[in-house]
Amino acid sequence: MNDKWKIILGLVVFLAAVTFPVWRGAIAGAGEPPELQLPEGKTKCIESKEFMIDNHMNMLDEWRNMLVREDIHEYTSKEYGDTYEISLNKTCLNCHKKTEFCDKCHAYADVEPYCWDCHYDPKGD
Amino acid sequence: MKVIIGLIAVSVLFLAGYGLSGAAPYLFGVIIPYAAFALFLAGFVYRVLAWAKVPVPFRITTTCGGHKTHDWLPRSKYDNPSNAVETFIRMLLEVLCFRSLLKNTKTQPGDDNKPVYATEIFLWLGAIVFHYSMLVVLLRHIRLFVQPTPAFVTMIERADGFFQVGVPVFYLTSFGLIAGLVYLLARRLFNPQVRYISLLNDYFPLFLLLGIGISGFWLRYISKADVIAIKELATGLVTFTPSAAILSSISPLFFGHLFLVCVLLMYFPFSKLMHIAGVFLSPTRNMANNNRAVRHINPWNYPVKLHTYEEYEEEFGELMKAVGLPVEKE
Ligand code: HEC
Ligand code: HEC
Ligand code: HEC
Ligand code: HEM
Repeated sequence: MNDKWKIILGLVVFLAAVTFPVWRGAIAGAGEPPELQLPEGKTKCIESKEFMIDNHMNMLDEWRNMLVREDIHEYTSKEYGDTYEISLNKTCLNCHKKTEFCDKCHAYADVEPYCWDCHYDPKGD
Repeated sequence: MKVIIGLIAVSVLFLAGYGLSGAAPYLFGVIIPYAAFALFLAGFVYRVLAWAKVPVPFRITTTCGGHKTHDWLPRSKYDNPSNAVETFIRMLLEVLCFRSLLKNTKTQPGDDNKPVYATEIFLWLGAIVFHYSMLVVLLRHIRLFVQPTPAFVTMIERADGFFQVGVPVFYLTSFGLIAGLVYLLARRLFNPQVRYISLLNDYFPLFLLLGIGISGFWLRYISKADVIAIKELATGLVTFTPSAAILSSISPLFFGHLFLVCVLLMYFPFSKLMHIAGVFLSPTRNMANNNRAVRHINPWNYPVKLHTYEEYEEEFGELMKAVGLPVEKE
């Protein structure tokens, strides 16, 4: 019996599957990281930039629990000591534009926060 | 002892990625991943081609059910297939449903100390949970390598995060991967028979995969990393334009995760993990049982020089007649 050609066919299929990102990248390119529109006239976020990039979702989660469960309405920056009102719309989206900022980054990283099922974009439609 | 060596080896490897990547980010972020992937592909192809060279002389049937005889005798098609289509279905059941693992039994002393055999479903369950979680986790990782992310990956993410628990949303398979592995490891440790036959090269891949699973879990749910920078690195790697500048904004934990993955890739072709390819070549599963219907000729038969009796008699007939031996031809 000689099954060599079947085995080689299977091997080719496997190699095509595991190198998918490579040939797909060769066809479509690497893609550009998102260009974020930062708020004009503001120099700093609530915490340091590095902290915000990595941890903004945990911070929003913390905010939600503080407001909804503990009735705390103010958050003091650990980094800078400034005080902010706890609100997704009135604070974050006052400085940042959802469509030009949050959404661009999330589209690149392929995250779809379900928050917008209920929360809305104050500057959007 | 084997367990401890496995555990220590994986811990040291993780710490190497975690601790040394700061000193040599280009080595850990670019050179080792390329080397590991190249070795993985080359080793994989080498192993499979080596297997493909082995001749398969005869159908190994291992019948678990009646084979094809008379039409009025019951037969079990997918245990004992007689043609290519039925064999294909047997292979599908094996590869996708891990059917053989359902035959796993446990033996216990029953009444009068006679052995009693009982089904042991948990090996099958643990294996299914682990393997399918692993598959989904790997498919979800495509989002880090391909821009724009293919739609099927987003769909998998939505289904996997269906319960919308926590921020970032909790994926069932991140947990399933670890839970499956923990069960498979516990089975080796606490089942005396299995423990007796377990080797370092059983424990090491389990710890390695657990290390990858746990460091990945940590990376997503506990100590966050800069996913945008990681995607920039990963898309750069797959298009052979890796950017060295972003390496410094990625946390050491990511390099611990990545280094363990590289070790896995390098180790893969030389390990039992090659069963991913081996399962397709299982001789007891991938051949139809048609021993009695089709003539099978040994592939390594060489032409044998024959000397038939007829020829023999032609040569020696006269001599045989002379001494009075009976001959066929007069
Ligand atoms: C006072 C205005 C202001 C508010 C309020 C604010 N930000 Fe920012 N944010 C900024 C500025 C300015 C930057 C750029 C910081 C820098 O470049 O150092 C920034 C940066 C960021 C970044 C990093 C972007 C990058 O460069 O990759 C994230 C993520 C972010 N903000 C999220 C949030 C979230 C989430 C909230 C609400 C919890 C929020 N911001 C509230 C002004 C604000
Ligand atoms: C089921 C609908 C729903 C979803 C989904 C939802 N929220 Fe909310 N959220 C609410 C409601 C209702 C409040 C309470 C508003 C109040 O009391 O003023 C709230 C309050 C908040 C607050 C504090 C108040 C404010 O004005 O911002 C934050 C922060 C917040 N949510 C963040 C989030 C984040 C982050 C997500 C996604 C991970 C999310 N929410 C998803 C309904 C929702
Ligand atoms: C620098 C890029 C970037 C920017 C800007 C950004 N995000 Fe994110 N966000 C991410 C990434 C990446 C994740 C996923 C993190 C992960 O997978 O570990 C995420 C996750 C989230 C999540 C949790 C999603 C989930 O998994 O359920 C929320 C909520 C969120 N972001 C809110 C915001 C809001 C609101 C803004 C705008 C004010 C914002 N983000 C801006 C990159 C960004
Ligand atoms: C054998 C291969 C791998 C396995 C089994 C694995 C496993 C995991 C697991 C279980 C998680 C938890 C979150 C989730 O389920 O998505 C995770 C997260 C992660 N992995 Fe991997 N991983 C592998 C390869 C890689 C590679 C090659 C990279 C390099 C780009 C990588 C980068 C990451 C990152 C950045 C996260 C965090 C994602 C987030 O924050 O959402 N992994 N990994």
